Parts: sequence; C-alpha cells; structure tokens
Amino acid sequence: MKRSSVPAWVTVFVIIFFYIPTLMLVIQSFNSAKYGGAWQGFTFDWYRKLMHEREVWRAVENSLCVAAYSTFGATVLGTLGAWMLNRYKSKLQGGHYVLMYAPLMVPEILMGISLLMFFVNIGIPLGLPTIILAHITFCISYVCFTVMGRLQDFDDSLIHAAQDLGAKWPTIIWKILLPLLGPGILAGALLAFTLSIDDFVITFFTSGPGSTTLPVYIYSAIKKGSLATINALSVLMMTVTFSIVLISNYFINPKKS
Amino acid sequence: MGDFFELQTITKSFGKFKAVNNSTITIKKGEVFSLLGPSGCGKTTLLRIAAGFEQPDEGRVILDGRDITALPPNERQINTVFQNYALFPHMSVWDNIAFGLKVAKHSKTYIRQEVERMLDMIDLEEHAYKKPSLISGGQKQRVAIARALINKPQLLLLDEPLGALDLKLRQRMLLELDRIHDEVGISFLYVTHDQGEAMSLSDRIAVMNQGRIEQIGTPVEIYEAPKSSFVAAFIGDTNFLESGKVIEQFPDGYCNLKLDGFPDVICYNDNNHAVGEPVVISVRPEKLRVSFEEPPARQYHNKVKGKVEDIIYFGSETKYFVRVEDYRLSVFQQNIHFLLEENQIKWNDEVWISWHGNDSYMLQRYKPEDERLLAVPDPEYNPPTNHSQ
Amino acid sequence: MNRNANSQTKRRPPEWWLTLPSFGWMTLFFLVPSALIFLIAFRPALPNGGIDDGWSLAAVKSLFDPSYPLVIWRTIWLSFLCTALCLGIGVPVAYYIARLRPNKRRWVLLLIILPFWSNFLIRILAWQTLLHSEGPVKQLLEFLRIMDPQTTLLYNVWVVLTVLVYTELPFAILPIYAAAEKFDFGLLDAARDLGATQFRAFWTVFLPGIKRGLLTALLVVLIPAFGTYAITDLVGGTQAEMIGNVIARRVLSDKNYPQASALSAALCLVILTPMLIALFTQRQNQRKQDKNGGAAK
Repeated sequence: MKRSSVPAWVTVFVIIFFYIPTLMLVIQSFNSAKYGGAWQGFTFDWYRKLMHEREVWRAVENSLCVAAYSTFGATVLGTLGAWMLNRYKSKLQGGHYVLMYAPLMVPEILMGISLLMFFVNIGIPLGLPTIILAHITFCISYVCFTVMGRLQDFDDSLIHAAQDLGAKWPTIIWKILLPLLGPGILAGALLAFTLSIDDFVITFFTSGPGSTTLPVYIYSAIKKGSLATINALSVLMMTVTFSIVLISNYFINPKKS
Repeated sequence: MGDFFELQTITKSFGKFKAVNNSTITIKKGEVFSLLGPSGCGKTTLLRIAAGFEQPDEGRVILDGRDITALPPNERQINTVFQNYALFPHMSVWDNIAFGLKVAKHSKTYIRQEVERMLDMIDLEEHAYKKPSLISGGQKQRVAIARALINKPQLLLLDEPLGALDLKLRQRMLLELDRIHDEVGISFLYVTHDQGEAMSLSDRIAVMNQGRIEQIGTPVEIYEAPKSSFVAAFIGDTNFLESGKVIEQFPDGYCNLKLDGFPDVICYNDNNHAVGEPVVISVRPEKLRVSFEEPPARQYHNKVKGKVEDIIYFGSETKYFVRVEDYRLSVFQQNIHFLLEENQIKWNDEVWISWHGNDSYMLQRYKPEDERLLAVPDPEYNPPTNHSQ
Repeated sequence: MNRNANSQTKRRPPEWWLTLPSFGWMTLFFLVPSALIFLIAFRPALPNGGIDDGWSLAAVKSLFDPSYPLVIWRTIWLSFLCTALCLGIGVPVAYYIARLRPNKRRWVLLLIILPFWSNFLIRILAWQTLLHSEGPVKQLLEFLRIMDPQTTLLYNVWVVLTVLVYTELPFAILPIYAAAEKFDFGLLDAARDLGATQFRAFWTVFLPGIKRGLLTALLVVLIPAFGTYAITDLVGGTQAEMIGNVIARRVLSDKNYPQASALSAALCLVILTPMLIALFTQRQNQRKQDKNGGAAK
C-alpha cells in the first residue's frame, strides 16, 4: 500500500522553516556590515568586541546564579510534591494538584505581573532574590510533572520488598529510590535549569537595577538596535546549548533503545 | 506440631469495602498453606496483613506465640515473594539476593557464603552478575524466592508467585517450589487463584470468597467434601442439580430427593439436611459413568437416561454433555480402551448415566451473588492494591 | 516509637508535613499574587504611578476603553489562528516521525527540537535579521520586483503570526508525536482493509486516536499565545499590539498598577474559567469511573 507523501513533505518544509532564521543569524554574525544588511565581507570583529563587553559577562554570571539557586529550590520542592501527589489520593492532594497544575495554564506575562504586584506590595526590593523566587515558582510545576511521570512507572512493591527484607526508610531512599528515580529527578532539574536560564518575560517583570540576566540583556540590546554583537552572542550561546543537548542525547538515549 | 502462625479474627476494610471479614487461619510449622479464591476475595489483603504492609482493623497476628500485629514488615521474621517478583532492577542477581543480609549488616564473608549457597540452591550461579531484566521469568522467580529465603524467615509468603509464567514453566516451577520447601522446611503461606497450584502444592487450603473463609481443609477434603456450593464450583468442575428437596431419610445416612426437571435421586446426606429442606446436589463429572447398556440395579446407585448433545475429545479423556430432562450434565470418561471400543458413543446417542449416591453431595442453595464468582477467574487480572490510601 | 510501626493510620500526619513545602510555596508565590491582582484591580491609581488607598472602580471601568476591543479581538484571532496552524502542521509531522524506524525517529525528533534549545529572544532576533529592511528576504523580493523598497516586511500582524507559529510549533509537535507514537498503526490498515480511503482512515481513526495529544497541544500553544508579549514588542510594532503589550505598558511606563491588574485579571479569567471547568468535569468523571470500577469488584 502506497503511503501519502504529504507528511514527509510537510516535515521537510518545517525543518527548513526552523533552520533558515538560525542559519541567517550565524551568517550575519560573521558579516562586517554593522546593521546586518547585505554581505560586506567576513569578520570576527563582533566576537572580539563581545569578549570585551563587561555587561554581557555580568549578565551571564547573574543568569547562572539565578539558574543554580532556582534549579536547586525547584528540584527539592517539585520532587517532594510529586512524591506526595503520587502516593496519596486525599482531598489535600486534590488541592495540591490544582496548585501545581495551574501555573502551567497561566501565560508567563500574568505570572510576571502578579509576582511584580506581590513584591511591590509587600515591599521586597526587586533584584536577584525576587527573580530567584519567581523562577522557583514556575519551575516547581515542571519538575513536579516530570518526576511524577517517572514515579508512575515506579513499582511500589520494590519499596515493600525492601521493607520486607528488613530495610528502613534511610536505606530505602539511598539504595532503592535514589538509584531508580535519580534519572527522573535529574531530568526535572535539567528542565528547570534550562527554563530558568532561558526565561525572559517573568524575569523582565521581577528584575530590578543591577540584576540583568542574559535574556534581559539581549532584549535591551535588540531594543537599542546593537544587533551585530548580539548576533555573535546568540551564536555562542547556541553553540554551547546545542553541544550540551547533543552530548546528553548521545549519552542518554542508547540505554533506552 | 502445634499451630505456629495465626491470623486471628482478622477484619480489614478499605473505605466501605470490606476486604477481609472476620477471618482466622492457623498454619502449622513446616506446612504449605494456601489461600485460594477468585480475584478480589481478600486473599492478597490477608497476605499483606501477614507481611505487615497493612494493619488489620480487628484481630491479631501471632508468630510462634508472639503477637506481631504492630510490628513493621522489616522487623518480622517473615519474608515475601512478590507477585511480579519486585526484583530491584538496578541491582544484579547477586546484589538482589544479598540485599537482606547487607541491610542486616552481616559480615562480607558471611554474605558471600550465604548468597552462594542460595545461588546453588536455585541453580543460577552463572547468571549471578546479570541484571534482572536480562534473565527469564522463571529465573526471576527463583531469584525472588532466594532473596526472600536468605534472611532465614520463619514463614515465607508467596503472592501468586507463578501468575506471570506460562503453563509449562508454571508446572516446572511448582516442582521446584516443592523441592525448595522440602529443602528449607519452613512454613509457606501461598496465595493463588489457581486451584491446580493450590491442590498440588498444599498441605491444607483455605478457600476464600468475598472476604470470608468458606472452608479450610486438605486438598482431598476440599475437593471431595466441599462445604458450600461456592467451594464445589470454584474447585474443579461440577454439575449442580438445583431445586432439590429431601423427601425420605434412610437410617444409614442416605436419603431420597425429589428434583424439578430431573428424575429422583439418592444421595448421602452429609450435613443432615432435614426432610423438606431445599438443597442443591453437586456431582463431579468424573464420578459419572456413561454407557449404552443399562447398568444393573444396585443399592444406592442412581441411573438416569439421557441423550448425548456434545462430545469433546481431550486425548487422555473425553467430555460428554448429556441432556437429562431439564439438565445438561457434563461427564468425564477416561479413554482407557478408546480404540478397542467397537461401539463408540456419538452425538444424539441414547445413553445411561450412573453414579453412586455417596459420590454426590448435598449443599445449601447458594446465594445469587455467588453466581458471578463462579466464572473462571481471569489469570491476566491483577487485583487492585489499596495500599496507596 | 518507630514511625513506621502502624502503617496505615499513623502514616497520616506526615502527609500534611511533607505536602506543606510545595503546597505552601505555591500558595504564597502563586495563589496569593494571583488573588492580589483581583484585589488591586479595585484600587485607585496614584497620578504619578503606584496604588492609592481606598477602593475604586476606575480601573475596572477602564476595561471598556474604546481602544481595547480592537486589541482584544486581535489577541483572540491571532492566538486561535496560530493554534490552528500549529495543529495543522503538527499532525502530519508527528505522523511522519511516528512512522519512521526508531533509530531514524530519534534523529529527526532531535533535528526538530534542537533550534528550540536556543533562547526564545534569539529566535525572535533571527527573524528580525531575516526580515530586516536590508536582510536577504527583502533584498530578494526587491530584486524580483515583487516589493517596492518603501514597504517593510517587519512590524505587521503577519510577521507576528509567523514568529508565533515558529516559536510554538515544536510545543505542538511534541505532545502530538507522543500520542502518535503510542498509536497502533495497524488500526489504519484495518480501516483501509474495511474500505476506507487513506484520508478517511486518517480522519476517522488516526485523529480520534491521538485526541489527548491534540488537546495537550492545543493548550500548550493557545495559552502562551494569549499572553504574547515579547514577539509583538520586538517584531510587531504598534499596529500588531496584543493584550500583553497593553498590560506591560501600563506597568512599565504609566506605573498604573490598578489598570494593569484589571487587564491581567480579565485575561486570567478568560483563560482559567474554561480550564477549571474542564479540569473539574474530568476529575468528576474519573471519580464516577472509579466508583463504578469499585462496585464491579
């Protein structure tokens, strides 16, 4: 039976659609024309200039700091939440579930605005701490549902078997739960890290003077129109993230299949 | 040997659902005791109470004279072989078996010696360093047993241990289990819905239905003298002759019964049913004899005339379905002289069916809700576990 | 006393304690701030920005400002059109990937997700570079005399739609693919065997089979689309503003928090009401099923 070739063509078209803008960005980052116009010769100038931009490196530092703290907070809270949601089916967990789920159903801008109002109202000055609080809040849900996906595959009788053989909770957590759920928790943490380092909208509304993260920096640079160095920065960032993704994909997947 | 492990008047509910209702069993030292019943009858809950994963609402758990009702599972000298083995997937066979000893902080040399002894017993030395996902179902089963036995429990609980295996493997594992039991000599509490497993392995069986224990006895007692219609139907195959009524009681224990839509029969009155009492007669297919010639009249023998409606040939035996008035009786006949038989029974033949009055038994009319449970239990079905409450 | 001693009854208290961290956090940093928006919407604004004491309906009334309906309408149709396009493109792509051999599948999937590991703003920037007045697309179109040099490709609704689809499409493809991967393609053969055309089999067997994936994709695309802010801000210009931009302007330039709150609250209600109803009915149905299942035991 002959299959329709439409899906294949759509897929090819989508992949082209996905890569053309990115490709353009890479080309432009080596274009010596200042405003990204027609090709005026190959240059490394933008990369060189970028190296000397203090602000960029401050922003990178801030981003990493925010991501580290929020990943830690969200992973601990999200994993615990997932565990409870998976283990108990009480009314309390019903409310807990809605609380965990609702942030996924709210556009980022609403979350940003409401947190901004909240911080302004209770008088917390905006800065890195407020960004971290905001990031933990939206990352918890993602960690929670990632971990819960793994928990559902987890066979509860393993805990019973360990108990039956004389193990107490510390041993069970150390010898059974962590080795088996570790990959799931790690996946949740990685997701939280990427989401945090990538976030613009919520960060934008909860950041204050001196707490510029990388996305916020990029935003203001685009607004200012200094595109050339930003192109170079983007290409660098993409190179870093793509290599991480490719390496982790290489390491994670062979086991699965 | 006296009673060694006791579950005394256990009751356990999950919400409104009464999983176990006032059930008592006692297991002797070294005995293989089976809990047999359809899915959802409460046998797994009873096992989990024995293991310590559930607390009974009422009743006590006694092991070797000591009340262990409140002890957590890790402090009971009882170990479990779980339904789907519950082998730790991230540990090798060796580490799985060693787990209990490692938790108990035994010395390395002792652990090595014991694990090797176990590996030898289950004959899996060459797979010791494989992960559970790389060994077969039967091998997993043996690892699960070794892992549970290494702590030298006083009682081993087995929760449908052969449920996940195919028929041939199940038969092999049954022999294996029997051998292991002979070797370690401790008591086994065996939970299953498969009557064949229970009958072949057990010293005694408790048949459960809807949270209650219907009957406790040896396999022979359970099969030959069931106390209720549920037990009669659940264990093996049987013909029920309903709507019977005792019309005459003989001094030597036999009685005459009148039935609707069936000739009058004679039956031994085990449970002293009074004259006029409505009863059900149960007679197992292999107790019936089928023949062309009319059997000679003998005391306390029943003979009825019927017509063959269906024949199923099984090789070692043949099953005949014979219409007798309103009833369709199933009859098992061993094919001893099958090829020598000149005049084989065929469809629509008129035949005689006969049996001794002692081979049938009289039961109370079963409740209508039992009927649903008489259906063959589904081996694929895993009873719901309510522990997440 | 050992805490594990009495499993069922005595394990109850830890449920409260161990639920508290995540429950409390979400209450404090999600529920309370969200509720706060509804409160601030009824406060008067200070002329120089900020919130005054007392209560006022001014902010709520401002929702009926004549300039808003146009923005709201644009937000709605852009969001829905974007969602429709994402689903329309996502289904064939997911179908194609799901039918590939597993080892090939993994690479195509990676190829599709990879660009989206880069920062969201970088992706918008890439489009800006591409469609820039001196960028390659514009130059090509000018060269082909399709466009005159005066008009710009950027700063209109269609660019916003394109970039929206560009950013949301992978999030539509992934859940649809996840559902399609579990779909039993033998069913399509069965439908064909019973006389259905390829298209009909696809429509009446495949699509219902991946219903859950489609629903997830719908939510995952529609909700962020409603809250679009950065895309319109960077490539949309004033002609293509959406509600998000208006809210941001009230916050950032006027510091009129009550008006921003009123707008946010309205957007929140529009999104959350159908969602909560759906969630509630789903849970109710599940409970009914559980009950029926329990009775059948």
